[in-house]
Amino acid sequence: MSDDKKVQRRDFIFTASYALGAVGVGATVWPLIDQMNPDRSVKALASTEVNVGSLEPGKSITVLWRGKPVFIKRRTPEEIAEARNVSIENLPHPEKDEDRAKNPEWLVMLGICTHLGCVPLGNKGEYNGWFCPCHGSHYDTSGRIRKGPAPKNLEIPKYEFVNNNTIKIG
Amino acid sequence: MSDHNYVPSSKLGKWFNDRLPLLSLSAHLREYPTPKNLNYWWTFGGILTFCLITQIITGIILGMHYVAHVDFAFDSVEHIMRDVNYGWLIRYVHANGASMFFLAVYIHIFRALYYGSYKSPREIIWIIGMIIYLLMMMTAFMGYVLPWGQMSFWGATVITSLFSAIPMFGESVTNWLWGGFAVGNPTLTRFFSLHYLLPFLILGLVILHIWALHVPGNNNPIGIELKKPSKDTVPFHPYIVIKDLFALLLFLIVFAFFVFYSPNILGHSDNYIEANPMITPAHIVPEWYLLPFYAILRSVPDKLLGVVAMFASIFILVILPWLDTSKIRSAIFRPIYKQLYWILVLDVIILGYMGAMPAEGTYLLIARLATTYYFVHFLIILPILGKKEKTLPVPPSITEPVLADAPNPQMFKKQEE
Repeated sequence: MSDDKKVQRRDFIFTASYALGAVGVGATVWPLIDQMNPDRSVKALASTEVNVGSLEPGKSITVLWRGKPVFIKRRTPEEIAEARNVSIENLPHPEKDEDRAKNPEWLVMLGICTHLGCVPLGNKGEYNGWFCPCHGSHYDTSGRIRKGPAPKNLEIPKYEFVNNNTIKIG
Repeated sequence: MSDHNYVPSSKLGKWFNDRLPLLSLSAHLREYPTPKNLNYWWTFGGILTFCLITQIITGIILGMHYVAHVDFAFDSVEHIMRDVNYGWLIRYVHANGASMFFLAVYIHIFRALYYGSYKSPREIIWIIGMIIYLLMMMTAFMGYVLPWGQMSFWGATVITSLFSAIPMFGESVTNWLWGGFAVGNPTLTRFFSLHYLLPFLILGLVILHIWALHVPGNNNPIGIELKKPSKDTVPFHPYIVIKDLFALLLFLIVFAFFVFYSPNILGHSDNYIEANPMITPAHIVPEWYLLPFYAILRSVPDKLLGVVAMFASIFILVILPWLDTSKIRSAIFRPIYKQLYWILVLDVIILGYMGAMPAEGTYLLIARLATTYYFVHFLIILPILGKKEKTLPVPPSITEPVLADAPNPQMFKKQEE
């Protein structure tokens, strides 16, 4: 604004109108954007209970939770030992196995490669854990990323043991 | 547009044209002066228009029989193939039509690269073209998801997961795109909606693309500015129209070969298995026309940087008019660029091949080298080459090199008329 021109009442009215207009447009556009977010029926399916009583050590099952596969693996003592005897400083995403599996025998994690969302294959790869066939990520017996393009370990969802045989995910 | 002086012969025509000058537009399109030396690489604009119209018509028909729901989508596509009258034909034309569309658009783009058609004053034509290309890729990707086969599902998962590389907001953005916590029914229905919408946006942009073309007029194989109209130009109708139609006929032979003799060769057999969120196919491969970009994505070991490199490889094309500093348009007069052009073509073909191979060992190494070269070509070689290259003398008009080279008596005759 030039020196001889002071701020007029009209300038205030213009600015106030633009600001109000922007708020109005924003409030109108928001529902059009938010409708694409997960809806109530999707969110309602937020938890799943699984009976794991019949699972033998060394075996795993895959269940669907929120449309995503979840691996439930009952690990053998060797697999637990292998997962716990790793020096975590050298890992791409350092996490202790103790923090990933509260009960060392049970490993519960999302079966979704943290690279681009494929489902890794069990008992494969260079670290006896999981191997993602899409872009070659290798996970160990704790589901930690060891080699390949994935940036993070397989995610651990919120879960709890309802009783000795039942796990509730979510 | 320049022909404001058109006056319709009939009284009714004049009455109408004064109110809505559609007849002037049609006269402009007929008389539009076109360089007389355009070769067959220039016929792909018409072919592409044909492809777009074909996709829209077959797509509208398929939309009448298709059901966008995870429980019915796969079956409804089989229903189209087996029960709907000529459904197999319409679907095969649509599916192979997408491939033909990309085949034509790649030839069209590489023609522009060879003859420097993106250079001043045609930058806007080029940029609109690149937006069309980007929308084409989005449309094709979403269309491939609709049959809800294994490749549909996992292709959708991989491509939408690209956005999870965004720092901070990655997860909320992917959940927003999916309408859930994984690719599912909400994803399918919105992809159907957008797959229906985008072709009409493309159609609008094609009109702008042609409008922008008609301001400076066509580039031509020797890449010089022409006086229009002059001895160097011919009217669009009938000369170019007939030539374009003949080229279209040849193109349709290739198109029909795929539709009738090998309709599934360009697709992936896994897409005849219904989508299963529990099992990932051993090799997720995108459609062939996206493979070079897929190779670039995979050749970078870091997730975020891989995604950035992939988008950058497309964005680089948008700013190409300013990366190529050479004032000479046509590669005919740029001896070094001409060779580098063919190396680039080879580089992109190698990238495409590597995109289809597993990302490991030698394949990965070659993909990395080819990715590096792609960026070096556009970001380093082109800006420097434009300043250093010793170009050949450019003729002042189209007529001159023809006459100087080998006198053609028919050519003289035509010009005397």
